[in-house]
Formats: sequence, C-alpha cells, structure tokens
Amino acid sequence: MYEVIWHGRGGQGVVIAAQILAESAYLQGFKGVTSAPTFGPERRGAPLTASTRISDHPIRTFAQIEKADIAVVLDPSLFGIVNILGTLKPQGLLLINSPQKAEEFEIEGSLDIATLDAAAVAIRFHLLKEGAPMVNTPMLGVFAKASGLVSLEHMEKGLKWKLSGGAAATNIAALRAAYEESSIRKTGK
Amino acid sequence: MSDVQIMTGNQAAAHGVKLCKVQVISAYPITPSTPVTETISQWVERGELKAEYVRVESEHSVMTVCVAASTVGARTFTSTSSHGLLYMCEQLHWAAGSRLPIVLACVNRGVGAPWSIFNDQQDSISQRDTGWIQIYCRDNQEILDSLIQAYRIAEQVYCPVMVCYDGFVLSHTMMPVEIPDADRVGEFLPPYKPHTILSPEDPRNINPVIFPWQRRDAEGVLRDGYMDMRWKLQHALEGSRDVIVEVGREFAERFGRDHGGMLWNYKADDAEVLLVGMGSLATEATMAADLLRESGIRAGVVGIRVYRPFPRAEVREAFQKIPAIVVFEKDISYGYEGALCADIKAALYGTGIQTPLHNYIAGLGGRDVKANELAEAVRASLASIAGGNREQQTWLNCVTE
Repeated sequence: MYEVIWHGRGGQGVVIAAQILAESAYLQGFKGVTSAPTFGPERRGAPLTASTRISDHPIRTFAQIEKADIAVVLDPSLFGIVNILGTLKPQGLLLINSPQKAEEFEIEGSLDIATLDAAAVAIRFHLLKEGAPMVNTPMLGVFAKASGLVSLEHMEKGLKWKLSGGAAATNIAALRAAYEESSIRKTGK
Repeated sequence: MSDVQIMTGNQAAAHGVKLCKVQVISAYPITPSTPVTETISQWVERGELKAEYVRVESEHSVMTVCVAASTVGARTFTSTSSHGLLYMCEQLHWAAGSRLPIVLACVNRGVGAPWSIFNDQQDSISQRDTGWIQIYCRDNQEILDSLIQAYRIAEQVYCPVMVCYDGFVLSHTMMPVEIPDADRVGEFLPPYKPHTILSPEDPRNINPVIFPWQRRDAEGVLRDGYMDMRWKLQHALEGSRDVIVEVGREFAERFGRDHGGMLWNYKADDAEVLLVGMGSLATEATMAADLLRESGIRAGVVGIRVYRPFPRAEVREAFQKIPAIVVFEKDISYGYEGALCADIKAALYGTGIQTPLHNYIAGLGGRDVKANELAEAVRASLASIAGGNREQQTWLNCVTE
C-alpha cells in the first residue's frame, strides 16, 4: 500500500487532486484506492491536508496517515508553517510546487525530490480560479513523472473521468507540460 | 454491466436511495450527513428522482414528515447525525410504535457538550431502545447495499431501519463503489405495498390514546392495549433476524456481494483471540488482526453488523470456543461499560461460555484509531488475561488520570 499526503491551502484544489489521483490509480488497475480530506471544517487559505491510499487490494484502513510514502506540497510557503517532512517517511518522495529546481532545494536527509513551477504552468494554460493559478493538475503531472506509480496515460483518463470536455482538454495539456518540465533529484539510495 | 465509481459514503447512501425509488425525502442539514440529502435534492430538482423533497425547520419535523408520508403509503427516507438524530428522538419512538418502514441513514457523530462534529457512535447507540433496527456498515459499498436491503427488511417486518456509518471516516472518504443496475434493484425491491394506507377514501383514526387494557372498538372488535402492541413490536424485531439474514443471502445471490447477515467473521476459524467491533472500527480491526498474525498471534475479527435486533445466537456461536475476546467500540454507556460489550456479555450468560472479555472505548469525538494501536491493545490484554485479569475496561489513547 502506498500512502500519499497532500499539503495545500483551502481553495487550492487539494481535495480534488487527492481524488483524481485515486481515480487514476483505480483506472490503472489498483483495486484499493481511497482519498479523504482532513476530517472537519475547511477554510479558504488555511493550511490543510488530504490523503490518497493506493493498493493492489481493497483498503481496510481509514486512520490518518502517520508517515506517507509521498508528500505533495501545493504551496511552498507551508514549509515554514507545517511540519511537512514530519509527515513523510525518511526515504520518501517529496513533490513541491516551486520555481526552484530540485537540485537547488535544500532539504536534509535522503528524500527524493521533484519540483515544478506549477503556478507558471497553470497560468500558461489558463487554469485559474478567482484569479489564482490552480496548481493541483500540474502537480499530478509531477506525481506521474517522479513516482512512476500512476502513469501519465492514466492520469489523463482520471482527469477525463472527473472533468467535462473543455476543462478536461485544458487540464490534460497542462498535465503533459508539467510531466515534461518536472525537475527530479534522486538520492540514489 | 458493472458501474464502479470512486465515491464518498454519503454519495453511496444517496445512490442507494435513488435506486430504491424513494418517494418522499425530508431532511434538515447537519454535518457530516448533509451531502446525502444535498445530493438527493439535486436529483429531485433535476427530475432524475421522482420524489417529494420536503424541507422543514428541524429534525423533529423531519421525522414527523417521514411518519406522515409513510402512513399514506410512501417509501420514505431521511439522513441525519448526532444532535439531529437526538432531536428526532421522540419521533423515532413514534415511527417504530406506528410500525412504519422508514429508512434513516445515521452518519455517526459524537454528541455535545462540548460540540464535536467528529465521529463516534454515541448518537445511534443512545437511540438503541427506540424500536429501530440498526445496521452498522464497514465500508461505502456496504452503505449502498445495506440501504437497498434496509427497505426490503423494513417493508417486510414493518419496522423502521437505521443504516449507520461513521461520519467523515466513511462519509467523506472516497473509495470504489459499484452501483448496481437499477432494473435489477427493482426486481429485488418491488414497489412498497403497505397492508394499510391512510387515505380520504378510507379514513381511520390512527394512534389515539390507548388504554392499559384491551378494549372493543366501535365495531365491537377486541383491540390490543398498549402493552400488547409493545409486545408485537418486540416480537417483530426478534423475528426480523431471519428476514435480515434471508435478505442478505438473496442480495448476495443477485448482486454477488455478501456483507454478512447479523455479523461477519474475519480469520476467526483458528483464532486464539477475537477482536469485536462495529462499523469502520471493525474494518480497522481486520488490519490489526493481520498485524497480530504477522507477530505469531492468531487473531480474528467478529464484526457486529446488526446491533438491534442483537445477534444473540450468532454471538454465542462465534465465541463458543475462543479463549479471549477484546471488544472495541466508539460509545460508552456512562456509569457502566461500552454498550456492545455489555450486550455481548449478556448474550453469553447461561451458555457456560466463561471467556475473559476486555473492553476498549476508542475513537470518541473523532480521535484517530490506528490498526497498530488496536493490535497493541490486544497484546496488552492477552498479557493481562494470562495474569488472571478476566475483565477490564480501558480508554484507548486517553488521558485517564
């Protein structure tokens, strides 16, 4: 079972991203997928998490994720506010929306890191909501590239399943660009 | 063709209601149940579900509407949580006393004070003695399937059914759910044809003040007194066990999914200790059983699916040969012990089964419960039982000083 934790802020599409990943993984053939928001009230702009579990077998745990295999950060300003690394296994994979290249990112330990200027990609493809770039779809592209767990092809299917025609086409274009432009640093552990 | 979608427990409940072609829905929103009737109201608005959606000012009125609609022969539904359910309390008794096959989805949530929107099962457990059948679901597929089964059961035994599932833990967690074919559901659940319908063509006086003793009515027929009617309700609930099991069996034959009748087992056959629970906590317990088995302890799980009527015979059967029982539950009967624990002990009385039984109160007000914590609790209990401690109540992950 793979556990994924999503860090973002209310209104960034964190919960939707966790859902699309679950759906894409299911379409790829994983029999067990769950996605859940942080249980409780949600507030726009406030830090929040969502989670996705992916497994070959139906999932029988609904407890909060203690240490994820993969953490996705939609808003890099959260690093100073939330203990993001505390939610990730020491050898885990960290995906960050950041203009910095993965090599430039200074994080201790033996994490694999992938970055993408997801906001720039979102703006380029006009993925905007109330004026703000929607970085969730581009981060799914980073996820496909860096994790190898769910393929780009199935992410596209997941987006088509979730979104209507026009929106799906735009999001898929952004997803592909994000996949290509992701910067990845493997520690070779 | 199978139609699998990734959906929340609340969406699964809404789909179940739609497939049952429910005719009257009344609801008052309350977290975490709100999305159930929100979804249904959209379907009604768009004409996708031909039903009356009745908005009222409180949950008390919700259940009153359900009682009225059911009395005139409509298949009715509502969903609620926590304080909403408790606000209905008086009408819950009324629905059961009137022997109306109303189905209610109770999205389990803790009860104030202090306020909590998070999950435990104190709300529905506290309504245990209202005369409703209570089913507890372990995942989102079981929510959808149990709602369909609930109408079959309710309309056969003339008792209302509460389909309970854990708030947020299931209600807001998405997972794959197969939506059965509507026509096949229609074959399984034909339209509701009550034996009595209140209508202007056939006016009746229903539920008047009733006397303690039997009495002749205006036609000279000897009618039940209050207590005779109460016995019939008790008799109906006791008798509903066979119907619940049979409906579950027929559902499994038709749709290929067997959720168990009154209870279900997981790796129980060779077990040396059985973990017991209801709802998502029992699902988590199956993970704990796997962890325990990895460390050489042969653990199994008994999931209590139907809490009322209580599975007396099945519990006796399940625990006949087991050396140790550990009951986990998200409720407390204040001043005594967990309600499920007490009921299990009562069921075992007089059978000669003298198994040590430990009780863990867990996850109240949404406190997270992890499989490894359940496994650790079982290890501690087994050590304690080996030391001669046959009975114990522990509050899991709780400051108790």
